[in-house]
Amino acid sequence: MGDLTQLYQSVILDHYKNPRNCRSMEHADGQAQGYNPLCGDQLTVWLKMQGDRIDDVSFVGSGCAISKASASLMTLAVKGKTGSEVAAIFADFHSMVTTGADPDTSPEKLGKLAVFSGVSEFPSRVKCASMSWHALKEALGKTISGAPPTTQPAQSPAKPPGEEPL
Amino acid sequence: MSRSSLLTEPTTVSEEMAGVRQDFPVLRTQVNGKPLVYLDNAATSQKPVAVLDALSRFYREENANIHRGVHHLSERASDAYESARGQIGLFLGASQGYTLIFTRGSTEAINLVAHSFGGTQLKAGDEVLVSEMEHHSNIVPWQQVCRSTGAVLRVIPVSQGGVLDLGAYERSLSGRTRIVAVTHVSNAIGTVNPVRRITALAHAAGAVVIVDGAQSAPHLSVDVRETGCDFFVCSGHKMLGPTGIGVLIGRDKILQDMPPYQTGGGMIARVSFQETTFAGIPGRFEAGTPPIAQAVGFAAAIGYMQGIGIDRIGSYESMLLTCATERLREAPGVRLVGAESDERASVLSFVVEGVHPHDVGTILNQEGIAVRTGHHCAQPLMEKMGVPGTVRASFSFYNTVAEIDVLINGLRKVQEVFN
Repeated sequence: MGDLTQLYQSVILDHYKNPRNCRSMEHADGQAQGYNPLCGDQLTVWLKMQGDRIDDVSFVGSGCAISKASASLMTLAVKGKTGSEVAAIFADFHSMVTTGADPDTSPEKLGKLAVFSGVSEFPSRVKCASMSWHALKEALGKTISGAPPTTQPAQSPAKPPGEEPL
Repeated sequence: MSRSSLLTEPTTVSEEMAGVRQDFPVLRTQVNGKPLVYLDNAATSQKPVAVLDALSRFYREENANIHRGVHHLSERASDAYESARGQIGLFLGASQGYTLIFTRGSTEAINLVAHSFGGTQLKAGDEVLVSEMEHHSNIVPWQQVCRSTGAVLRVIPVSQGGVLDLGAYERSLSGRTRIVAVTHVSNAIGTVNPVRRITALAHAAGAVVIVDGAQSAPHLSVDVRETGCDFFVCSGHKMLGPTGIGVLIGRDKILQDMPPYQTGGGMIARVSFQETTFAGIPGRFEAGTPPIAQAVGFAAAIGYMQGIGIDRIGSYESMLLTCATERLREAPGVRLVGAESDERASVLSFVVEGVHPHDVGTILNQEGIAVRTGHHCAQPLMEKMGVPGTVRASFSFYNTVAEIDVLINGLRKVQEVFN
């Protein structure tokens, strides 16, 4: 049985009600959309690069508390990071929300994102937590400087089995 | 307690229906340590022991492939399959002039008509009318056939309150209208559409009518012949029966001129490498081994519903719906969506202000409550209602007033979490 208070932590509810970097961006270097056909949730992620680092990142979309808070906290976590650093954070994040991997094993990477550790107890909500990350990855792929490494991190298959649309 | 004493007066109804609950083993399930409150009946209904037993008995005692078998079991299986056709047809009023075809479900039945009737009858410039409250399964097949034939898909609007605009419908009808495809009961908001009137108007314009009965046949007394529509579809699994079976009831005169939807064994009169002569109806539309056990199970489900009485089922569910509507209307921070129609059946859609339907669903699940959240395969309707999705509670006659209380308390819990 999943723990509701673990899922809906106050940080998540705060970011749901007051999402950070929730705005569109003009002259973005990269942009991509996330869409969950199961529930109709959608969001757009924008990126501005400074060299190979993310200078600015924002999103706009409609979705549940988990997906909105995840997008909001993601923007805070990836600002100033390179494409490879983002891929590493996403790999750890993904492993945490799908398998329940202990976020404390990589605290320097996950930081506040550890509030999503409760999601692994709610398999139907994994996609909500990772939708914005998939969009970010795609947006990064569209920028030249932020192109992710050609090899996938082992823990992060591009389409994890539990996340396929039905 | 005898079933004949059911529904004598509203306050005692839920207690008396407790006897009915015993017939559904899954209702004894515990979810997260709480008794299951199953309010997702519009997605699929639960199955009574009578249906489970019929399926088991068929597989244990009668299982064989049907038709053309000269052996004992094949004859028994053929009889069981054909008598299921007769019983289900009788229940839905598919008498004189109509034939019942078994399909995989409502979706396949609509696709059959779109393909075999629409695909051969529609010409460029013809029009197909669908309502704004259709399930995707009564939109996409028509959209596709319009694309391939050059016909035009037009939409009958629905008000914010969830009522079909009959005036706009009447104005949309013209000599170009060939097909009108409407749902009898909306799967997303529960509106009951006046299909008899819709059919009469369409016929006056020379159009053929297909009624999606997936959400009406489980809850209302349906008489296809009396409705006058040309095609009617519904699904077994929403009517206490197994998954994998549904029906298309069609007017013989139209069916007889329609080409097959799928081809293969069972639907032929004679085959050579040069040519194939197709079987008559209904065989022509039932290629391959049909869902035999499912037909038997579906017939058992109909038998079970008849034992209680479809009118009683309808009035009990109507009492539940009225009760739930009143309670939710009073609940602070809850807004009903598209619930203004005078006639509604079984389905109630709502949103909790400030909370996304998915979060509502997750928190309700912690309380053992099964509701559906999202767009309910009716994205155009959600767009019209101005919501990304809703929470949908849908009732069956085995639900109780006490379960509505559990739902209301669950919604308070949602608001506590999100305060």
